[in-house]
Amino acid sequence: MALIEIRNVYKIFGEGREQEAALDLAREGVEKNDVLVETGCTLGLKDVSLSVERGEIFVVMGLSGSGKSTLIRHINRLIDPTTGQVLVDGRDVLEFSPEELLAFRRGAVSMVFQRFALFPHMTVLENVGYGLEVQGVDPEERRRRAMAWIEDVELTGYENAYPAQLSGGMQQRVGLARALCTDPEILLMDEPFSALDPLIRKQMQEHLIALQRDLKKTIVFITHDLDEALHLGDHVAILKDGVIDQIGKPNEILLRPATDYVREFVREVKRGRILKTGDVMWPPDEAAAGPTISRDAVLQDALPVSMESESPLRVVDETGVMVGVLSRSALLRGLTDRGGEM
Amino acid sequence: MMKFFRGLFPAWAVEWPKGLNLPLNKWTNDFVEWLVSEYGIIFETASDGILVVLVGLERFLRDLPWLVVFVSVAALTYFAGGRKWSLTALVAACTFFIGLVDPRLWDLSMMTLSVMLVSTAICIGLGVPVGIAISRNDRMRDMVLPALDLMQTMPSFVYLIPAIMLFGLGAVPAVFATVIYAIPPVIRLTDLGIRLVDEDIVEASDAMGASRRQKLLRVQIPMALPNIMQGVNQTTMMALAMVVIASMIGTRGLGTEVLIGLQQLNVGRALEAGVAIVLLAIVMDRVTQAYGGRFIRTDGRG
Repeated sequence: MALIEIRNVYKIFGEGREQEAALDLAREGVEKNDVLVETGCTLGLKDVSLSVERGEIFVVMGLSGSGKSTLIRHINRLIDPTTGQVLVDGRDVLEFSPEELLAFRRGAVSMVFQRFALFPHMTVLENVGYGLEVQGVDPEERRRRAMAWIEDVELTGYENAYPAQLSGGMQQRVGLARALCTDPEILLMDEPFSALDPLIRKQMQEHLIALQRDLKKTIVFITHDLDEALHLGDHVAILKDGVIDQIGKPNEILLRPATDYVREFVREVKRGRILKTGDVMWPPDEAAAGPTISRDAVLQDALPVSMESESPLRVVDETGVMVGVLSRSALLRGLTDRGGEM
Repeated sequence: MMKFFRGLFPAWAVEWPKGLNLPLNKWTNDFVEWLVSEYGIIFETASDGILVVLVGLERFLRDLPWLVVFVSVAALTYFAGGRKWSLTALVAACTFFIGLVDPRLWDLSMMTLSVMLVSTAICIGLGVPVGIAISRNDRMRDMVLPALDLMQTMPSFVYLIPAIMLFGLGAVPAVFATVIYAIPPVIRLTDLGIRLVDEDIVEASDAMGASRRQKLLRVQIPMALPNIMQGVNQTTMMALAMVVIASMIGTRGLGTEVLIGLQQLNVGRALEAGVAIVLLAIVMDRVTQAYGGRFIRTDGRG
């Protein structure tokens, strides 16, 4: 069973009878704007269901107003749904008593925020150790564990600095260390890199991927950047006006967009960085004589190899067995949005 | 012409009818009287308690050699205000001037100061918790804020009368009236300060599983401190203003001097006391401001 299950969640911002009326309209399939005009209530999420497997990065991608930040806050119950179920590890978080909810937030789940949300009056060390402080861990132990995380995010030497003295990228690394310091199973990341410069954002993405390789956390990651979503995500959900348009692996989204909305987005993506040779190769052909390439190589890395070789490349799996061939034309078609037919 | 116009109306619509009179006057008097007769013992106990502290503090401040007071004030400013020499020099000069204007005024200033300190302490002790409570509860806030408006707009002399009836003459009713007059800013700014704490940061604290208490003590109050200290500063200033007025009901201090100056048409005497009040105000203002500034610096920009 998946670690996080969200089932048929509706969220309507409003109260009393208007909210009920809005819920009925939403169930009948009325669109977000019409619900707002009709009842004055904002439809945040409409019949959202998804499941996140243990140890994966699940990305929710959507533009502003799509409800993605609302969605992620249902998992640690910073927001309660209007109707629907949120299960974490088989337990319904909506049934938690206040004490159980605190324990859940202290131990199982933590969060990283778009605008960092560091405590400005605390040092880096105090910020990182705050989760442990809340749990009542003694100062010596807290210091030891916080220092280990400060080292992991490469901020050694800054432990006594205040957040305002750090650059944006450094602040978000503090945010990441603060979230990881309680060793939660689930990490919720609400547009964590959106406020950073493009270059720093790239560094942070690689940093996260490197950390995740060791940590194997379950990460729910929110972004408005499809490149980022496809680069990081094991699965990606595309959210529009509170409705999920498509959920799939990055290559599925790129190669088989489910709606016009998704198709339009996909057109802007740097496909060479996301698609792998295995996604666009043809069936194996014993006659192929070109050099071998891993099926996990991305197209932009395969391109120079292909340029050097007259005959199609032989695509191999981890054990070196040929699983397909990749001609230069198939590769180029893969790089354009019309070449995705497998 | 007007006579004709008035003639168009029935008599009851022209002159305000005598019977249409809300007996607020009588009700209030009856209420205060009832309060005194039924609960006099409580007020007396409270009064005795305040008096003990007040008399103790006043005696202490007056017995202290002036040089010790002078040096303490300067040291407090220097260390609380981020070691700024210019600020320290200003505060020290003002303190020194109080005595220089007239040596008698030093002693009177200590009396005024003690009433003011006790009142301000009570204001903070009551005001900060009330401010915290209304910042977390909108309905309570809707009830408290109009009461604060009333307390601030009501002419301050009006408090003096019930204060005398409840506590008698002297310093205790002055403290009572001063607390009512000076408490609104610290309540308002505590409420405001807590409400202004960045929602993201409160959310971050919630997401880590902090209880309401942990969130309040570790995040909301520390982040609201610059505003709370601003409230304390304003409360201190208002307390000083009221302590001067309260000299009319027998509090001894700088206000008494102004009052005597007025009664004897002795402009010089009133002016000297007035100058001392201004100097005391500057000192209190700078010291509390300096202390409040400390909390802003932990933002890391200093």
